[in-house]
Amino acid sequence: MADPIIKIENMNKWFGDFQVLKDINLSVEKNKKIVVCGPSGSGKSTLIRCINRLEEHQKGNIIVDGTELDENTKNIEAIRAEVGMVFQQFNLFPHLSILDNCTLAPIWVKKLPKKQAEELAMKQLEQVQISDQAKKFPGQLSGGQQQRCAIARALCMEPKIMLFDEPTSALDPEMIKEVLDAMVNLAKAGMTMIVVTHEMGFAKEVADEVIFMDEGLIVERAPTKEFFANPKNDRTKLFLSQIL
Amino acid sequence: MKTINFLKPNKDNLQVFLYTGSILFFISLFDVFLSSFLNYNLTSFLPDILSFWLPLVFGLIGLHLLRIEFSGIKYLDLLNKNINTSNFNALLTLLIIFIIIKAMPPSLSWFIFDANIAGDTKEACTGTGACWTYIKVWLRRFMYGMYPNELQWRINISFIILIGLAFVGYFAGEKLKKFLTLYYVIIYPIIAYILIYYLISGGSFGLVWVETGAWGGLSLTFIVSFFCLIFCFPIGMLLALGRRSDLPTIKYMSVGFIEFWRGVPLITVLFMSSVMFPMFLPEDFFMDKLVRVIIAISLFEAAYVAEVIRGGLQALPRGQYDAAKSLGMGYWKMHIFVILPQALKLVIPGIANTFLALVKDTPLIFVVGLMEIAGMLGLAKTNPKWLGFAMEGYVFAAIIFWIICYAMSKYSYNLEAKYKTER
Repeated sequence: MADPIIKIENMNKWFGDFQVLKDINLSVEKNKKIVVCGPSGSGKSTLIRCINRLEEHQKGNIIVDGTELDENTKNIEAIRAEVGMVFQQFNLFPHLSILDNCTLAPIWVKKLPKKQAEELAMKQLEQVQISDQAKKFPGQLSGGQQQRCAIARALCMEPKIMLFDEPTSALDPEMIKEVLDAMVNLAKAGMTMIVVTHEMGFAKEVADEVIFMDEGLIVERAPTKEFFANPKNDRTKLFLSQIL
Repeated sequence: MKTINFLKPNKDNLQVFLYTGSILFFISLFDVFLSSFLNYNLTSFLPDILSFWLPLVFGLIGLHLLRIEFSGIKYLDLLNKNINTSNFNALLTLLIIFIIIKAMPPSLSWFIFDANIAGDTKEACTGTGACWTYIKVWLRRFMYGMYPNELQWRINISFIILIGLAFVGYFAGEKLKKFLTLYYVIIYPIIAYILIYYLISGGSFGLVWVETGAWGGLSLTFIVSFFCLIFCFPIGMLLALGRRSDLPTIKYMSVGFIEFWRGVPLITVLFMSSVMFPMFLPEDFFMDKLVRVIIAISLFEAAYVAEVIRGGLQALPRGQYDAAKSLGMGYWKMHIFVILPQALKLVIPGIANTFLALVKDTPLIFVVGLMEIAGMLGLAKTNPKWLGFAMEGYVFAAIIFWIICYAMSKYSYNLEAKYKTER
């Protein structure tokens, strides 16, 4: 078995007195695609936000690509530079054009020359099919286009891992497909992905494994086919019966 | 023939309503105009009380008749929609028009018709209106303070150069555009300082030294405002960031600083800067009074700027911070490229507010003996040869301040429009 690229051991997290994550143990190997699902408030978003330390965990260890996440800011910034993240609300920078959104971090964090960064950005924008919108501002784009731009922006850092935090939940139904298509392409290209989503179709198509979370616990983790065909836990069965 | 319902003007009898309405309305205006400009009472044959209220009654009936719904006449509809929607609004409209007409003759005669500007002594002012001679005679003092007359070209040249250099941004080519911020924030103030130090202050290159106590008038207003504006902004920005910092030392130092300066009146700060502050300095250490004043006002206003900018920082959604962090940006990169550009754009109106207040606070430097334009005015009005012209002086200063402040506020609107991108 290959060395896991993400390794979480006995991780606990509290918001005040409320424990959101309880004893999480999770390891993800390179090039694997994991889908995390579960009812709202089950801690799935918090879990993936912990992986690039947008949230701090209070107990346990998280090791990403051989580096442990702790108070060391330099380590955290290095990890964040190689872990891309896509948010539910897109979070594009509204004061910058689409192209500038994509080149900002490569230029200032990875110190790429401007020209090279722009070429890279155009390539990524082409991948998600919005290269013709490069000069526009985020406010002028549709939700689906904005989310695809957010994916391109994350990819411009050439990350080793991509985290998706409910990327389609804020979109109109007809725009979900274009974003999912971009994600499927990315998965087929071999990216390591952890996706929090309710899109079970997407999970069936690309996921290697599915994780079901409830009340801060990982209730069930199983290979995709087994997860849908033969869930073991009662809570999982109930959840699947409600959304499928 | 249909009967005409005068209580409900409508489109069917458009012409009738339009003509009677406008005639009544204009009669009322004409009556007020005659009585205020020519002192002639058109309705003097009526009892006093009736003649007094008649224009209002005529005007109200006139506007009522003009209130024709959907008349199809563009300007009439516009008028009805904006100032004539109901009888009460018509009343307010009329009263305001009457007040303007009533106020015009006395102000016009004070400002222009009964005013004097010829001559150069108090005796030349024979009219009952303003004595602009006073302003004319004292103009140099109002502009340059006690700065020697024969050296005033030094101030003029410095200001012309500085104004010229301020427009560099308009002519800079594409390649130089990215250096503009650097130019305006760092290089331009340094040039300004060098010019003021060597040319206005003098003392080297064969130029006579003029002590800062002699500087004054409008030029001093500009110098003080300029440097205070430039210094208080970055200090305020750092304080705003400091107040939101996770590091307790920085956070509480910022909070303490802001609350201290917001809690004391500017006038005491200025007084302390000139009287108390030197006591704490070593004997041989000398800091110019003007420099101390500029530092004091900058720190004072920085506290206000900090709170305004903090408002902008708090208005940004958390997602912007998350997105910047997730791309591997550190604290400073995140703030410089993502957070501050958006936050500052949001607080342009608030910053403009603070800056306007700063400019209008500069007269307070009289407490340390520096006389900018309002200070010189105070000096001039107590001159025994020119007693009794305080009014002209303050009107003059008010006009000057209004021009400066209006220009600043216009500029802030332009900035708002320029940086407006859709969210």
